[in-house]
Amino acid sequence: MKDTILEIKDLSVIYKTDLETVEAVNGISLTIGKGKTYGLVGETGAGKTTTALSILRLLPAATGRVLGGSIQFDGEDVLSLSESDMCALRGRRIAMVFQDPMTSLNPVMTVGDQIAEALLVHDRKMGKEEVERRVEETLSMVGILPSRKIEYPHQFSGGMKQRVVIAMALACEPELLIADEPTTALDVTIQAQVLMMIKELRNRLGTSMLMITHDLGIVAKICDDVGVMYAGEIVESGSVEDIFSPGRHHPYTEGLFGSIPDLKSRARRLTPIAGLMPDPTALPQGCVFAPRCKKCQERCKTVRPKAVTEGTHRIACHLYGGQAAGSAQGISGGQDAFRRKEEQ
Amino acid sequence: MHKYIIKRLLFLIPTILGVAFIIFFVLNLTPGNPGRAILGTSAPQADVDQLNEELGYNLPLLQKYVNYIRKVAVEQDFGTSYFTKQGVFDEVWPRFMITMRLACVGIVLSTLIGVPLGILAAVKQYSPLDTIPSLISFLLAAIPAFVLGMVLLFLFSLKLNLLPSYGLNSWQSYIMPALTISIPTAAINLRFTKSSMLESIRQDFVRTARAKGASERVVIWKHALKNALLPVVTNIGLNLGGLIAGSVVAEQLFSVPGVGSLIVDRIKYKDEPVIIAGTVLIAVCFTIIMLLVDLIYAYIDPRIRAKYASTKG
Amino acid sequence: MTEQRNATPAAEVFKKQSQAKEIWRRFKKNRGAVIGLILLSAILLIIIFADLIVPYEQATVQDMSQKLATPSPEHWFGMDSYGRDLFARVIHGGRTSLSIALLATLSSCVVGSALGAVAGYFGGWVDNLIMRSLDIFMSVPDILFTMAVVFALGANFTNLLIALTLAYFTNYVRLVRSQVLNLSEQDYVEAARAGGAGSARIIISHILPNAIGVIIVNTTLNVAKIILYESTLSFLGLGMPPPSPEWGLILSEAREFMRRAPHMMLFPAMAIVLSACSVNLIGDGLRDALDPHLKS
Repeated sequence: MKDTILEIKDLSVIYKTDLETVEAVNGISLTIGKGKTYGLVGETGAGKTTTALSILRLLPAATGRVLGGSIQFDGEDVLSLSESDMCALRGRRIAMVFQDPMTSLNPVMTVGDQIAEALLVHDRKMGKEEVERRVEETLSMVGILPSRKIEYPHQFSGGMKQRVVIAMALACEPELLIADEPTTALDVTIQAQVLMMIKELRNRLGTSMLMITHDLGIVAKICDDVGVMYAGEIVESGSVEDIFSPGRHHPYTEGLFGSIPDLKSRARRLTPIAGLMPDPTALPQGCVFAPRCKKCQERCKTVRPKAVTEGTHRIACHLYGGQAAGSAQGISGGQDAFRRKEEQ
Repeated sequence: MHKYIIKRLLFLIPTILGVAFIIFFVLNLTPGNPGRAILGTSAPQADVDQLNEELGYNLPLLQKYVNYIRKVAVEQDFGTSYFTKQGVFDEVWPRFMITMRLACVGIVLSTLIGVPLGILAAVKQYSPLDTIPSLISFLLAAIPAFVLGMVLLFLFSLKLNLLPSYGLNSWQSYIMPALTISIPTAAINLRFTKSSMLESIRQDFVRTARAKGASERVVIWKHALKNALLPVVTNIGLNLGGLIAGSVVAEQLFSVPGVGSLIVDRIKYKDEPVIIAGTVLIAVCFTIIMLLVDLIYAYIDPRIRAKYASTKG
Repeated sequence: MTEQRNATPAAEVFKKQSQAKEIWRRFKKNRGAVIGLILLSAILLIIIFADLIVPYEQATVQDMSQKLATPSPEHWFGMDSYGRDLFARVIHGGRTSLSIALLATLSSCVVGSALGAVAGYFGGWVDNLIMRSLDIFMSVPDILFTMAVVFALGANFTNLLIALTLAYFTNYVRLVRSQVLNLSEQDYVEAARAGGAGSARIIISHILPNAIGVIIVNTTLNVAKIILYESTLSFLGLGMPPPSPEWGLILSEAREFMRRAPHMMLFPAMAIVLSACSVNLIGDGLRDALDPHLKS
């Protein structure tokens, strides 16, 4: 337990408006070790960002609600903290980098002030010169000239803005960095730069990281563990080796890999996964992936699959499930599998 | 930035020229003439013609316009009223000041009431602090200023006998005209500020600020508010037209001797010098306030500031 | 009527039928909006079928024996200072007041939005020309200008329409321009530009649909504002010439008899407030339906 920084157990989140209820996250569990990077992979709308926002308790107040489960950060239950304790945690110990750098900076504040704010909210007594020094340090750490601190966000390019966002997140040297598709909105060449910078800074500062992405290449490059998320559930998880080596995989993971162009076997055509993600307001009764699965069987349509664990590798699929008792309690079945994993 | 301000101030000159021309032009379309209006319907036509000639009313439009502008520019002479034969400036200026005093009270009151309540309503959405002011402002947005003024007059003068029903002789007499002018505008400000603030609160950068660990107070008052106020500032500037309209109404309702009621009265007599001077004064004042609004806007929005700095020197 | 007029651009934005339906579904969920819609429909029906309810002559026939009579079963709203039936005057007055207001809203929206979009999108000298002319124009307060125009051209339906359009199109120019300025910096607009899309196409299919929220909120607010403004003009004696009934005119007549006959003030004022309120309710409902995030 000591070397775990974040442990999510059986987390369920819904978005409830007066018109409909969206089941965004359905009983997911994951564990991030200290100094480790966990990659959360999946398509847009799978619930990755919702998971991240739940950790910081930044779900939209009017609609988002955590239905159940727990989030332990360094042994503390995040979900039961007071709002002021939560403020002390955010930014200081857990920081987040958002997807779209274009909109995540305040247009009417200089970037220097925005970084300084990250420092000052957690240490009001910090002297002016100290703040300035730290801001400059942080900026040069992410490869921006310290003299640009007096400039406004609109004077920066997209990649530079994301560097500013990262600088803001790292200003307090947090223990856990949540990066929500930090490179998706950037040019390919800039993507690689920013990614390498994140990786280098993580190594230098020893930060643990939750990397949210839909890019398996990023996962392979910087993650230690991986969770594959689909329609609010983690359908397969394990170490990078588990997921990237051939062998038993969830059909969705296979589908994801099938969607990536492969340089080595040029002849093979790209095989995208047919169909679309299920409507999160009306999830299928059985396996969430069943409607799109090529290997779908009869029971997949009615029974939620239990997870099967093999070392660090966990798959929730009937193909490998063997007996599927207790059909109705699909979610708690998944939870049982997690307990088994935790006990190992 | 200084260059920009000077440029804008210089722009006052074409504004004044333009406004004066528009008024000359529009008044020229109207039927009737000042001679007839002053002497009455029974006066012999010869007297009317002679008076019109003396007043310089019969000159062609452009010549009249050029003469007027030259006189104003060179001699600082705004001419004499066709109707009272007094110097226009002496007649218009005191009444202009009264209207301006009312409009200023109006702009201050409506901003002080509307904007903070709007912010509060957005921050405390769905609480009584939101629903009650929102409901009231909703109703007020549907009541014309003159009806509001009539209701005030009916209640406080006729029924309760608390406030004087006309004039501007004591501070009490300011209350009803000022309220008549500012309450409808305050309601508009409330609605506008609330929706702008709600919009701002759900921006991504507000979430970023929260993720930094900033408290709710800082998030709202520092990040969301400043961005929300950008459109609000523009809106306050745009209010001014409504306030002037409101003060014309209030002047009529409460018999306040402002420039609005002066112009309304003199339109009947085609008293060109007075109408033009009154309108031009209001227009100049208007332009200066618009400039102030733009400057405030540029001050709070660095993106616009950069645009001014780079494109307009 | 208003509701349809406002819904049409929305339907164009979301070309897919399902999304128009979705907006309608959200609109229906809004209690205030539905009340506003019913209220406005009722008002419009009464006004359209005014002749069937009470003949127009009733609004102009004078019966001095019943001067300032209070409401009674024969004359629901009472009589005015010339002994005319106020119920008939209010209902027939609504025809004039509302049709001028609706038409003036539409024309000011079209004229103003077009100018604002052009100014904001092209920038440079085009922007300068439009905005500086507008500045001169706007530096004459609406009310003075409208007064002058109505006085110069004469008070009738068309001239009132012209005057109101001139008074209200300026709002749209500034708002749409600033909206376009913000939007044209967005990446998707640059993307469209890079894709070789022409200016008109970018304005119409990329910028205006995204500015439509602001335009709609303003247009509905403006319908109500113009109803109020138009009544103010008649109150100042610059509306339709008497004896044709008109809400603001009735109120201005009521002013002298405030002490003796407050009922004369009550009913036309209620008519103005109710129609402005219903339009505003619909506007708010539409805004929320178009942009559900704003509410949730």
